[in-house]
Amino acid sequence: MESSNVIELKNIHYRYDRDLVLTNINLAVPKGAFLGIVGPNGSGKSTMLKIILGLQKPRKGSVVLFGQQQSKFREWERIGYVSQKANAFNTGFPATVYEVVASGLTKKAGLFRMIGNKRRPQIEKAIQAVSMEEFMDRNIGELSGGQQQRVFIARAIVSEPDVLILDEPTVGVDSKNVQTFYDMLERLNKELSITLMLVTHDIGTITNKVTHVACLNNTMHFHGSTEDFEQVKDNELSQFYGHDVQRLHHDHDHSNEAPTL
Amino acid sequence: MIQAIFEYEFLQNAFLTGLIIGVIAPLLGAFIVVRRLSLIADALSHVTLSGIAASLFLSKTFVVFNGLNPLWLGMGFSVAGSLFIERLRTVYKHYQELAIPIILSGGIGIGVIFISLADGFNTDLFSYLFGSVSAVSRSDLWLILAIAVTVISVVILLYKELFLLSFDEEYGKASGLSTRFLHLVFMIMVALVIAASMRIVGILLVSSLMTLPVAAAMRVARGFKQTIFFSIAFGETAVIFGLFSAFYLDLAPGGTIVLSSILILLTAIAFKKLQAMRK
Ligand SMILES: Nc1ncnc2c1ncn2[C@@H]1O[C@H](COP(=O)(O)OP(=O)(O)OP(=O)(O)O)[C@@H](O)[C@H]1O
Ligand SMILES: [Mg+2]
Repeated sequence: MESSNVIELKNIHYRYDRDLVLTNINLAVPKGAFLGIVGPNGSGKSTMLKIILGLQKPRKGSVVLFGQQQSKFREWERIGYVSQKANAFNTGFPATVYEVVASGLTKKAGLFRMIGNKRRPQIEKAIQAVSMEEFMDRNIGELSGGQQQRVFIARAIVSEPDVLILDEPTVGVDSKNVQTFYDMLERLNKELSITLMLVTHDIGTITNKVTHVACLNNTMHFHGSTEDFEQVKDNELSQFYGHDVQRLHHDHDHSNEAPTL
Repeated sequence: MIQAIFEYEFLQNAFLTGLIIGVIAPLLGAFIVVRRLSLIADALSHVTLSGIAASLFLSKTFVVFNGLNPLWLGMGFSVAGSLFIERLRTVYKHYQELAIPIILSGGIGIGVIFISLADGFNTDLFSYLFGSVSAVSRSDLWLILAIAVTVISVVILLYKELFLLSFDEEYGKASGLSTRFLHLVFMIMVALVIAASMRIVGILLVSSLMTLPVAAAMRVARGFKQTIFFSIAFGETAVIFGLFSAFYLDLAPGGTIVLSSILILLTAIAFKKLQAMRK
C-alpha cells in the first residue's frame, strides 16, 4: 500500500566538498499537493531536488518515494523533472523538438522498445501543452532560451508522471507564457491530480497558487500549508532576503537570470 | 573493378568489408561527435595499433602465435584501452580530456616498442596503418561482420537510451538509466568498430571515417535520426568511391576514402551556404 505522501525526506544531511549544504532536512509532500520551495541562492534547493531524484546521494538520512525506499524504487517514469540548468545543454546537438520531447518517454516505453508512431499523439499533446507545435521539426539549438525551456517542460510532462519536479522552470520564459505555464500547472494539479514541486523566487505568484510552502536555507525554516505560511511570511522572507521583500515581488525576473548561467 | 570483384576473392573481401564499415563507423560516429568524444576515438585507434604490433611481434617470435589474426589482439587492446580511459576519466573528473593524451601516447609508445622488437616496419604493418585493398582475408571479413551485427543490434535495441545519454546525461540518470553501464557498453562498441574499420581505412585514419561523414550530415540533416541516416549515406559513398580509386590508381584506400569524405564535407558546407544565400 502506498502512503499518502508521495515524497518524504527524513533527516537528510548533505555536503559537496566542504560545508554542509543541507542539515537535518525533513520534508513530506502529500499526494496532490502543489508545493512551492523558496530560499535564497545557494540555500540548497536544487541540491535537495537532486537528492530526491537520486542524482546525489545524501550523507545521512533517507528518501522515501511512493512509500518505497529510494534504493528499491524503480518506477522513475512516475517522476518528471525540469532541471535548473535544462538549457545549459550542448546547443549544437542535432535533435528536433519532437525527438527531445519523445526522449521523455525513454523509461516508460521500456527497455529494448522503440518510441514508435503509436506514441505520436501523446508526444504532440505535450508539445501543444507548451504551445510549441509550430516548432516541432526545428532543431532544438535553433530556438530561443525561453522556447527551449518550454520544450524541456514538455519532455517532463510527456510521460504523464504522478509527480512533477520543477527547478525554476520559468527563468527566461516571457510573462505571457509564464502565465500560461502557471495555468497549465494548476490544471495538471487540479484536474489530473499531479503532485507538483516547484522551486521559484517568484513569491507573489506562488502564494496565490500553491497549497504548501517550504522555506529552505540549508536547514528547513518553514514547511507547511500556504495559510500557515501567510502568518509568518513577512518574517520568514525578510530573514532570508533582507528586509526589502517588496522589491522581490517586482524584480524577480531579473534576480533569477544571473545564477543559471 | 566490378569484373575483378567477381574474379578475385581478396577484392570481394575488401569491398564487402568496406560496405560494412561504411555503415557502422558513421553510425557510432554520430553518437561520438555529438558527445564530443572524437578525440577518444583517435586515442583508441592508437591503442589498437599497439595490439596489432604486439601480435605481429608475437607471431614472428613464437611459433604458437603464427596463425593468430592480429585483429584479435588489436580488438583486445582497444577494448582494454576503452575501459582504462573510463577509469582515468573518473580519476581526473574535472580534466577528463587528460585521458586522451595519456592513452594516445601510451598506445604509440607500446606500439613502437613492439615494432622495434620485431625488427622494424614491414608491409604488413604498413597496411594496418593506412589500410589496404589486398590484405583483407576471409577470416577478417567474418570477424568484422560479427562485430557489425553486434553493434547494429545494440544500437537499435538501446537507441532511445543512447540518445538520452548523449543529449542529456543528467536527465537520463533522473529517469533511472544506468548511465555508467550504458557508457561502458558504448565505449566497448567504439573499440570494436575501430578494430573492424582499421583493415580498410588504417589505424591512423579510422577516426576520420567516424567523424567526417557526421560533420557533413550535421550540415544538411534535421534531427538526430536524419543525421544518422545521412552520415551512413555519406560514409558509404566515401568508402565506395575511395575503394574504386584506390584500386585503379594503386593507392592506399585510407587516403582515398578520407579524401572522398573531405570532398563530401566541403560539398555539404557549400550546399548549405548556397541554400542560405538563396533565402
Ligand atoms: N557541484 C557542486 N560542487 C560543489 N558545491 C556545490 C555544487 N553545486 C552546488 N554547490 C554548493 O551547494 C550550495 C547549494 O547549492 P544549490 O544549487 O542547491 O542552491 P540553490 O538553492 O538551488 O540556489 P539557486 O537559487 O542559486 O539555484 C551552494 O552553496 C553551492 O555553492
Ligand atoms: Mg538552484
